[in-house]
Amino acid sequence: MYQFNYVRPKSLADAEALLAKADDPKLLAGGQTLIPTLKQRLAMPSDVIDIGSLKELAFIKVEGEAIMIGAGTKHFDVANSPDVKKHIPALAELAGMIGDPAVRHMGTIGGSIANNDPAADYPAACLALDAKIHTTKRLIAADEYFKGMFETALTDGEIIKEVTFPHPEKAAYMKFPNPASRYAMVGVFVAKGPWGVRVAVTGAGQNGVFRVKEMENALAKNWSPDAVASIKVPADGLLSDLHGSAEYRAHLVTVMAKRAVAAAG
Amino acid sequence: MSDLSEQGVGKPVRRKEDFRFITGNGHYTDDISRPHQTHGYFLRSPHAHAKIRSIDTKAVLAAPGVLAIFTGKDIAADKLGGLICGWTVHSKDGSAMKVGPHPVLALDTVRYVGDHVALVVAETHEEAKSAAELIEVDYEELPAIVSLADCEKPGAPQVHPEAPHNICFEWELGNKAETEAAFARATKVVKIDLVNNRLIPNAMEPRAAIGEYDKGTGGYTLHTTSQNPHVARLVLSAFVGVAPEHKLRVIAPDVGGGFGSKIFIYAEETACVWAAAKVGRPIKWTAERSESFMSDAHGRDHLSHAELALDANGKILGLRVKTIANLGAYLSTFSAAVPTYLYGTLLSGQYDIPAIYVEVDGVYTHTAPVDAYRGAGRPEATFLIERIVETAARETGLDPAEFRRRNFIRAFPHQTPVIMNYDAGNYDASLDKAMEIADVKGFAVRKAEAARRGKLRGLGYSTYIEACGIAPSAAVGSLGAGVGLWESAEVRVNPTGNVEVLTGSHSHGQGHETTFAQLVSSRLGIPIDQIEIVHGDTDKVQFGMGTYGSRSGAVGMSAIVKALDKVEAKAKKIAAHLMEAAVEDVVFQEGRFTVQGTDKSLAWAEVTLAAYTAHGFPSSEIEPGLKETSFYDPSNFTFPAGCHICEVEIDPETGVLDIANFVAVDDFGTIINPMIVEGQVHGGIAQGVGQALLELGVYDNDSGQLVTGSFMDYCMPRADNVPSFRLGFTKTECPSNPLGMKGCGEAGAIASPPAIINAITDALGIRDIEMPATPARIWKAIQSSRPRAAAE
Repeated sequence: MYQFNYVRPKSLADAEALLAKADDPKLLAGGQTLIPTLKQRLAMPSDVIDIGSLKELAFIKVEGEAIMIGAGTKHFDVANSPDVKKHIPALAELAGMIGDPAVRHMGTIGGSIANNDPAADYPAACLALDAKIHTTKRLIAADEYFKGMFETALTDGEIIKEVTFPHPEKAAYMKFPNPASRYAMVGVFVAKGPWGVRVAVTGAGQNGVFRVKEMENALAKNWSPDAVASIKVPADGLLSDLHGSAEYRAHLVTVMAKRAVAAAG
Repeated sequence: MSDLSEQGVGKPVRRKEDFRFITGNGHYTDDISRPHQTHGYFLRSPHAHAKIRSIDTKAVLAAPGVLAIFTGKDIAADKLGGLICGWTVHSKDGSAMKVGPHPVLALDTVRYVGDHVALVVAETHEEAKSAAELIEVDYEELPAIVSLADCEKPGAPQVHPEAPHNICFEWELGNKAETEAAFARATKVVKIDLVNNRLIPNAMEPRAAIGEYDKGTGGYTLHTTSQNPHVARLVLSAFVGVAPEHKLRVIAPDVGGGFGSKIFIYAEETACVWAAAKVGRPIKWTAERSESFMSDAHGRDHLSHAELALDANGKILGLRVKTIANLGAYLSTFSAAVPTYLYGTLLSGQYDIPAIYVEVDGVYTHTAPVDAYRGAGRPEATFLIERIVETAARETGLDPAEFRRRNFIRAFPHQTPVIMNYDAGNYDASLDKAMEIADVKGFAVRKAEAARRGKLRGLGYSTYIEACGIAPSAAVGSLGAGVGLWESAEVRVNPTGNVEVLTGSHSHGQGHETTFAQLVSSRLGIPIDQIEIVHGDTDKVQFGMGTYGSRSGAVGMSAIVKALDKVEAKAKKIAAHLMEAAVEDVVFQEGRFTVQGTDKSLAWAEVTLAAYTAHGFPSSEIEPGLKETSFYDPSNFTFPAGCHICEVEIDPETGVLDIANFVAVDDFGTIINPMIVEGQVHGGIAQGVGQALLELGVYDNDSGQLVTGSFMDYCMPRADNVPSFRLGFTKTECPSNPLGMKGCGEAGAIASPPAIINAITDALGIRDIEMPATPARIWKAIQSSRPRAAAE
C-alpha cells in the first residue's frame, strides 16, 4: 500500500474534525473492503481515520417499534443479537451470511452501507425495511440514500452514526451467492410492515440495490409466494458477467423473491 | 510410538510433519530471511501483446531504497540463455516443434499479461514495488490472440514468428489407416465435441525465491518453491547458464502445495539468483496472489473432437481424436509432453480398443504458459474417453456399466495401440465395488423420490486408468524427454542405529516424511521417530528427479528399497562376523540378527555401532560404516485404475447442484499409509470437483486481459462444495516395482470430472454441458432443453 497518515480519533467529534482537516481522507471502520483496496494500491488516501474502535458507534438498542444499530456494530454482533433475532430475525440471518467468520468479526454495518457495494447484503435490508440512516449531519431515508453502484447520498465529511430499522410484521432475505466471491449474485429482501410491502434486490442491478414495485404491489394484495412467482424483472439494467447473464439474474430475482416470501411466512 | 506393529507398511500412521505445519513451525521459503537480504519486485506487462519501444529506468534508481534495476537487455548482455522446454515433440512431418525464444526478462516483445519486463531490487518489498511504478515503458500495443478456436486461422495475430499460424507442433499417435478401416466397418459412430477448461493452480503457498551469491566461494544458493530442486539446478546451470552445477545449491524447503505448478523453472527464481551476484546481496521475492494468477503455469485448456466406432453389439472398434491444446505464450518446462505423451497414450482407457488415432495441435496464444497440473494429460484423456463412452452407452441404449464391461480389458499384460503396456488390473472388481458402495440398485428409487420434491437426480460413471510412476528413462528418452526419470536414495545408518534417508523425491504436502519412514521402520524394525527423511537440498541429496506424476511411491520408494537391500546385506555381513557365523545363516527379522538354528542374536543397534567401531573387521572383506545409495529406474509406468460414481441432485429452478453421493474405488496396488492415501484421493476429487463445477481461467477475447485474476472471480472449491466422499479400494499389485505400488496422488483429479459431468447430463437428459458446470450453465442448459418449462 501507499503511505498515508493513520489516525485513531477518540470520539466521533474528533473524527469529524480530522475528516474536515485532511486532504483526501478515508474512514476506516472494519476495513474489509478498504484494506484490500489499499493493499492492492487501488486507493491512495492522504489520511486513514480509524473509527473502528469508537465505542459510541457500537451498539444495538430497541426503542419502541424499532432497532437502532450503531454504525460501528460488527456483522457478528448483529447476527447474534437477541434483540435483532427477536424483532427482525431476517436481519440477523442476513448479517450471518455476510462473508466468512473473519469478515463478520471485523466488518461493520456502517462500513457496508457507506461503501454500497452493488453485491453487498445490507443495502437490501435497509431498503426493504425502510431503514433510516442517521449521520453526523442529518437523517436519510434508505430510499434517498442508495444512489448507485458505490454511490450514496453521503457528502464529504459526513459520517454514519446509526441505522434504524423499524420492526416488520414479516420479513426474509434470500441470497444466491456468487460461486466464487460468495457476495450476493442476487439477494432479495422482502418485508411487510407499517410502511407497506417492500421487495429490495441486491447483487443484480447495474446501479446497485433496487426495489421491484410490481412485486410489492402484488404482495400487498396477496402475501404469498404465488403472488410473485410469475413476475419477471427485465434483464435490461442487470449485471451480466462470467458468473451469470442478466437473464439468469432476472430469473433468480423471481425465484429468490418467491422463496423469501415463503420463508417470511 | 513404540509399538512397531502400528507403524509399519499398511498402517494409518499420523503424519510426522503435521505438528510443525499446524503449529506454524514450518520453514517455507518466505519464512527464511538471509543476512543482508534485499527484495525483488517484477514489473509485468499490462498488455497481452506489445512491442517494447523503450524502457526508461532513470527515475527508479533515484527512488528510496532502490539498489538496482534489471531488464532483458542486462540479461542478454550477460549472455544468459532463455528458459527451456525439456521435452521435444515432433510433428507428423517429422519436424521438431517450433520454439519461440523465452527470455528470462522480455527483450523487445511482451506476450501475455504478466510477462516479465523488469526486476527492481530494493531494501524492502514496498520500496521495490513503489519504484517499479516509476519505470516508463513505451509499449506499442499489438493485437492479441487468446482463443483456441481462432488461433490457427489465417490472419490471427502471431505469438512467435518461428511458429506460423501459432502452431508449435502437429503431433499424431496411433495407426491412422487401421482406425479409418475400423470406422469404415462400424455400425454406429458416436461423435462428441469437448472443452477441457483452463485451470489456474493456486497452491496455498505462492511461489517464492531467495537468490544469493557468496563472493568468497563463488557459489550461488537458491531457496525456492520447487518440486524438483535438482532439475532446477540442472536447467539453471546447463541451459540458462546462471552458474556451473557444482557452484549452485538449490534448496526447496517446506513447500506448501505444488500440483505441478512448482515443477517448472520460472523467470523469477532465475532472475533472483542471477541478480544476487550483481547486487552482492541476497534477493528475495514472494509472489503476491495476483502474480500467482498471472504467472504460475496454468493447466489443461483443450478443444477436442472425438469419434468412437462401434459394432452392433456395442463393442468399440476404433477411436479417433483431434485436439487443439493451448501451450500459452511460451513453452514451459514440460509443456510439450503434457498434451502429447501424457495424453494421447492414455486414450485407450480401460477398454480393449483395436485402433486409435489421435492428432494434437499444440498452439501458442497470448496467455500464461500452460503446463502440467495435477494429472497432467491424463485428466484430459480420461475426460474425453469417459465422456464419449458414457455418451455411446446412452446412444446405443445400453446401461453405462454394461457398455463398459463389454469393452473392458481383461487379459494382462495388454498392449494398447497408443504405446502403453498395461501390466495388471481388474476393472470389473473396481466397478462392482463402486456400484455396491454407491447403491446403484437403489438409484431409481432415489431419483423418483427426488422428482417428487421437484429435483433432478443423475448418476454418472468414470472407469479410469492412468499411467504414473513416471517413468522408465529409456521410454521417455525415446519419446523426446531431455531427462531420465529414475530416482535416487541414500540410506545413512548412524552408529546409534537411527537412520537418515536422503531421497530425491520432494514432499510438498504428500506426507513422505511419514510414509517413507514407515517403509524403513518395517524393513529395519526401528520406530519411525528414529528415521529422518531428508529431501529438497542439492547439497545433501546426491541427486533427484523430484515429485510429480505420482512417482514418489513407485519410483522414489523403490530406490529406498534398493538402498535398504544393500544396507541389510552389509549389516548381515557385519553381524555374521561378530557372531562368527556364515553370512548365509544370518537372518534379519524385526530388528534382530539371528544365526539360524542357534540362540546367537544381535540387536540392530549393536550391529550399527560395530559398523562404525570396526574393531577387528577383516578389512579386505568389510569396510567400516553403514551407508548405501541406489539409483532406481522403473521398467514400466504403473497403472492405477478404478471407478468413480457420482450422484447429483439438481434444483431445476436455479441450476444449483448438490453432489448427493460420491464414490471412489481405486486400485493403487500396495498401500503404505491408508490414511494418507485417502487424503490424497480426497484432495484429488476436490480438485476434480473444482474443474467440473467451479474453476475457469478466462482471458478477455479482445484485450487478452486475465478476467479471472483473483478469488473474486476464480472459483476454488471450498469445503461446502464437496460431499463426504465414500472410498473403497481393490488391489492388483504392480509387477514392475519391488513394493507392488501404483501412484495415488493424481487419480482423484483424473477420474472425477467425467463422473460428475456424466451425472449432470444424466440428470438433465442432455448430451453435453461444458465445464465448469456452474448453476448458470446448468440453468441455461435446462432452458435450452426444455423451452416450454422456461416459458412457464
